[in-house]
Amino acid sequence: MSQIHLELSRVGIEFPTPKGPFCALQNVDLKIKKGEFVSLIGHSGCGKSTVLNIVAGLYQATTGGVMLNGREVNEPGPERAVVFQNHSLLPWLTAYENVELGVKRVFKGRKTKAEMREWIEHNLELVHMTHALHKRPDELSGGMKQRVGIARALAMEPQVLLMDEPFGALDALTRAHLQDSLMEIQNELGNTVIMITHDVDEAVLLSDRIVMMTNGPAATVGEILDVPLARPRNRLELADNAEYNHYRSSVLRFLYEKQKKIESIDAKRAEKKQDKGTAEKSKSVA
Amino acid sequence: MNSTLASVKIEQLKSIKWPELIVKTLMPMIGIALFLMVWHAAAPNIKTSLGDFPQPKQVFEQWGNLVDEYTAEQAREAKYYERQDKRNAELIAKDPEAKLDERPFSGRPTFFDKIETSLVTVLSGFLVATIIAIPVGIMIGLSQPLYNAINPLIQLFKPVSPLAWLPLVTLVVSAVYVSDAPMFSKSYIISLLTVSLCSLWPTMLNTAVGVAGVSKDLINVSRVLRLGWFTHVVKIVLPSAIPMMFTGLRISLGIAWMVLIAAEMLSQNPGLGKFVWDEFQNGSSDSLSRICLAILVIGLIGFLLDRTILMLQTYINWDKSAVVR
Repeated sequence: MSQIHLELSRVGIEFPTPKGPFCALQNVDLKIKKGEFVSLIGHSGCGKSTVLNIVAGLYQATTGGVMLNGREVNEPGPERAVVFQNHSLLPWLTAYENVELGVKRVFKGRKTKAEMREWIEHNLELVHMTHALHKRPDELSGGMKQRVGIARALAMEPQVLLMDEPFGALDALTRAHLQDSLMEIQNELGNTVIMITHDVDEAVLLSDRIVMMTNGPAATVGEILDVPLARPRNRLELADNAEYNHYRSSVLRFLYEKQKKIESIDAKRAEKKQDKGTAEKSKSVA
Repeated sequence: MNSTLASVKIEQLKSIKWPELIVKTLMPMIGIALFLMVWHAAAPNIKTSLGDFPQPKQVFEQWGNLVDEYTAEQAREAKYYERQDKRNAELIAKDPEAKLDERPFSGRPTFFDKIETSLVTVLSGFLVATIIAIPVGIMIGLSQPLYNAINPLIQLFKPVSPLAWLPLVTLVVSAVYVSDAPMFSKSYIISLLTVSLCSLWPTMLNTAVGVAGVSKDLINVSRVLRLGWFTHVVKIVLPSAIPMMFTGLRISLGIAWMVLIAAEMLSQNPGLGKFVWDEFQNGSSDSLSRICLAILVIGLIGFLLDRTILMLQTYINWDKSAVVR
């Protein structure tokens, strides 16, 4: 048994609001082994992204902390590469240059120019993007952009790969395609991955463990489900697999029975307002 | 066979979108024609101290006169240099050590010389403004405290008219720019500085807004990569601010051109502003037509300057899908 690679202990976070501090997360405990693929699933607004952002170092936990290889994490860094939901490629750079930005930063002084070039091309090959190396994001489809986003993250040779609903904005067919690619890559590289998803099938198909989160405020880990299905996994074969369906239904039961979420219209409105508020804050200079 | 050919032709005719064609080419022509007709009809009814207000025809006649003046002046210049060269050649022939007398031709600046002066002045003023405005804009866009410190000054000076700046600039330049052999005339420096002072604000503000408005996602990317400050600014901030920067530059150049004409009138910089002012002071029978012509030329040049910036923008901007109008 490999030892604990990434550990979240008693992680909690509060956001200041005009009405006093808002506790989004409380007592999140999670131990992840090297090479493990862990999914976070839960209803929207339950703080999945917040957990990921804390691990990434983009947010600071108010209580508790994150340890990577026994060292505390409190700022962002390329060893915890993030694949963002909306790809976040720099629109003025080509696919190649977007990957290059990260590679140059991480391997400066360790790889020669030629080696870097080879490494960038290798990573774009992993996600099947060699045909569009020199295209800009606006010339690529949604799925292709997300592939480049994954290549950018992989190329930094991260110890942990953090994926924030990486396929959430894609159509079902493209999503299935990318999931297969991701499984292939994961098989080859054995990265430690934390992925946020709201798709039950995706979670069961890809994960070694599924972390189900309770509803906020003060959300925390509800249940953890082990998914010891043999790899490589094939979505067609698994569709009729009793074990697979059992895992699937336990996740569904958690989400729709135990954590049934009936949002009142008022609460939805309040949430929208809050979103707007933060959006305006970031633009306040104008 | 014939019938299919005919049907193909009919298809082609159908595929031309007539309404669009009419809107795009015919309507502007109709607009201009209507304007000229109204002008033509109204002009004789306006009696001024210099005679009737000129009709379009008289204004366009002045164009011919100005071209004639230009060619005549060029001929004079050519002759002048011919004479000077001849004289110098004779001097050399007599005495190889002789001191040569070489003086540049000092004729009257023609209308076209004045256009050139105006363009040089406005572009140098705009360049000075840009060199100041973009770095300052980037700095205040990156730092909220700096922005808070400088914003009140921007808001205070932004609305000041060039006519208010001009006396001040004139006095300061006259006191500071003292030289026995000045490289530039004072009137040029004064016009340039006035143009800069009035035109640097839009570029500065728009650059600041563009720099401050970098998408949060891209900032997160930069944080995850732990990009250094310089790389962050060059790779992330500047490219995403470029569209806003160009919006500012366009407004600035438009203001610069407007301010220039006023500045030239008062500082007597030999450009289009001085041309209009001189014609106004002249009060000859041609003056009104010449002023009208100058206005049309000023408008046309302003339009061309704007188009130039637009072309530059489409060339430099990474966002080729951006609509420019």
